[in-house]
Amino acid sequence: MSSLERNEASISKTSSSFNIDFKALGPFLALVGLFILGTAINEAFLSSGNLSNIFTRAAFIGIIAVGATFVITAGGIDLSVGSMAAFISGAMIVVMNTLVATLGAGVETVLIGVLVSILLGIAAGAINGLVSTKGKIEAFIVTLGTMGIYRSLVTYMADGGTLSLDFGVRGVYRPIYYGDVLGIPVPVLVFFAVAVAGYVLLNMTPFGRKCFAIGSNEQVARYSAIHVDRVKTLTYVIQGLCVSLATIIYVPRLGSASSSTGVLWELEAIAAVIIGGTMLKGGYGRIWGTVVGAIMLTTIGNILNLTDAISNYLNGAVQGLIIIVAVFLQRGDWRRKKSK
Amino acid sequence: MKTFTKYLGAACVLGLGLVSTTAFAADKIKIGVSIPAATHGWAGGLNWHAAQAEKRIEATYPNIDIIVVSANGASEQANDLEDLVSVQNIDALVVLPFESDPLTVPVQQVKQAGKFVTVVDRGLSLPGIEDVYVAGNNPELGRVSGEYIRDRLNDSGKIVVLRGIPTTVDTERVDAFVETLDGSKIEILDMKHANWNRDDGYEVMQDFLSRFPEIDAVWAQDDDIALGVIEAIKQADRTDEMFIVGGAGMKDIIKRVMDGDALTPIDVLYPPAMIATAIDITVMKFTSNAPVEGRYILGATVVTKENAKNFYFPDSPF
Repeated sequence: MSSLERNEASISKTSSSFNIDFKALGPFLALVGLFILGTAINEAFLSSGNLSNIFTRAAFIGIIAVGATFVITAGGIDLSVGSMAAFISGAMIVVMNTLVATLGAGVETVLIGVLVSILLGIAAGAINGLVSTKGKIEAFIVTLGTMGIYRSLVTYMADGGTLSLDFGVRGVYRPIYYGDVLGIPVPVLVFFAVAVAGYVLLNMTPFGRKCFAIGSNEQVARYSAIHVDRVKTLTYVIQGLCVSLATIIYVPRLGSASSSTGVLWELEAIAAVIIGGTMLKGGYGRIWGTVVGAIMLTTIGNILNLTDAISNYLNGAVQGLIIIVAVFLQRGDWRRKKSK
Repeated sequence: MKTFTKYLGAACVLGLGLVSTTAFAADKIKIGVSIPAATHGWAGGLNWHAAQAEKRIEATYPNIDIIVVSANGASEQANDLEDLVSVQNIDALVVLPFESDPLTVPVQQVKQAGKFVTVVDRGLSLPGIEDVYVAGNNPELGRVSGEYIRDRLNDSGKIVVLRGIPTTVDTERVDAFVETLDGSKIEILDMKHANWNRDDGYEVMQDFLSRFPEIDAVWAQDDDIALGVIEAIKQADRTDEMFIVGGAGMKDIIKRVMDGDALTPIDVLYPPAMIATAIDITVMKFTSNAPVEGRYILGATVVTKENAKNFYFPDSPF
């Protein structure tokens, strides 16, 4: 009996350690697969221009998704990020356009715009966090509500149309998106920095361990003297900060915000997190997986643009299929069955 | 929550309606205007022009009351139509249907209640319901754009096309465009959907640029897409190589045409101001003896450097 138990334990141990390996590698393997597919379809895929396009585009969703990794790991969810990005972009543009009259179209104007963005991001995150923890309302409902609120606010600010950044300011601000350091585009550098900071915070600090604990079992975490409400609220603040960083590099790209800015970004961010191996129900998160997930999502769109083999009407179907296959591969259940 | 705010809004409108009917003459002619909410640039222009028309007409004709309501979807718009008839007791309806099929029966019911009906832009699925039909001309927009590109390129060259959201509007434009180019030596390298959206326009164009070393012209068919395309071409530093033909008449693009930007030599109109045309025609039904029933198809006017100032509305949000 005892030997049987031990035997079973050892089996589950080996298979689970095997799974963890595979889980960590899964998203990377899927990405490599996509890159091979892309190159096979069109050799322009591997050109440095195209690769730089992919990574730069992935930066928006990627930075937001790093924040979402914290929220989801701690058992929460934030549906408001897309609307929040649109609202913060709109507010930044309005503030900077107003400042042009007094400060002129200089670096100060842009810096104040950036500061406004960061403050709004932190405030918006704090609202989501505090209302859901102190108000004891499910995060799904709170952020569904704020999603509608931010979306309406940006439509209202833009009078239903589009907010456009002053052309003088655009010139000053432009390098934040279009510039590069040693050939690497600025948005990619910011993305990388955010990912490293996120990795350190989630995997090497007490705060990160508390996120894991709360996501696994909130009651047990509470009994273990973790300030659950404070930690959860902080995850939303981190999310808000990430949204504001993404916004800061988004605004100089087209210099405009409208009610169609950031539509469905929340779902893309959540998808990136889950493709990367984080559990939607919380308790386990992986920042590098999220980064790869975000790059994968952009790569799929890019590959579809590089070929005319697939009907345009089926783009959504192909994307959906690849996402499901990618997650299926890294869950690894199919491997365990085979070994039995 | 959305429904709640809507009822709240309806209650407020009802309250105001009661106040105004008691305060002023009770025999005011009421014209209901039902349009999609300002969820993208073109619809924003639509809402702005509807509000402008309301102000202008109510100032000119004190006995006419225009009620503008906007909806976020087809079913919400169907509810709006019911409210306009039962609560507001309108005399005439001007409607830009969110989608043709789901709104055909609701509009038909308004007609059966004895109201004068004007349909704008998206036609209904059954014939004979509306008294007046006002629309832009989607095939014409495609044809005019195709002709310009063909003439400008002297009948040969390589172009890319950015399509809108997959709908009838998009299909009609693209079919007419492709037909116009048939028989010429112009090669359409590829067509992709950019969903009438700036961000999508930017990304699709980036990919076209890395894929095709030679592009002579871009048909963006929409000014939001065109703005994204402009940034992508600038980033790739290929501004001298090609030109862009947009569509709709957004002020930013009209301004570029007016300033003689080589990248955007022309724009083809598909003006959201058509809602004002429809409201004006409907008002004429009640203010003059002139016959107004019929179909009005607006031309797809080509905006050039010379005439651009006639189509430039700096105050419009679109």
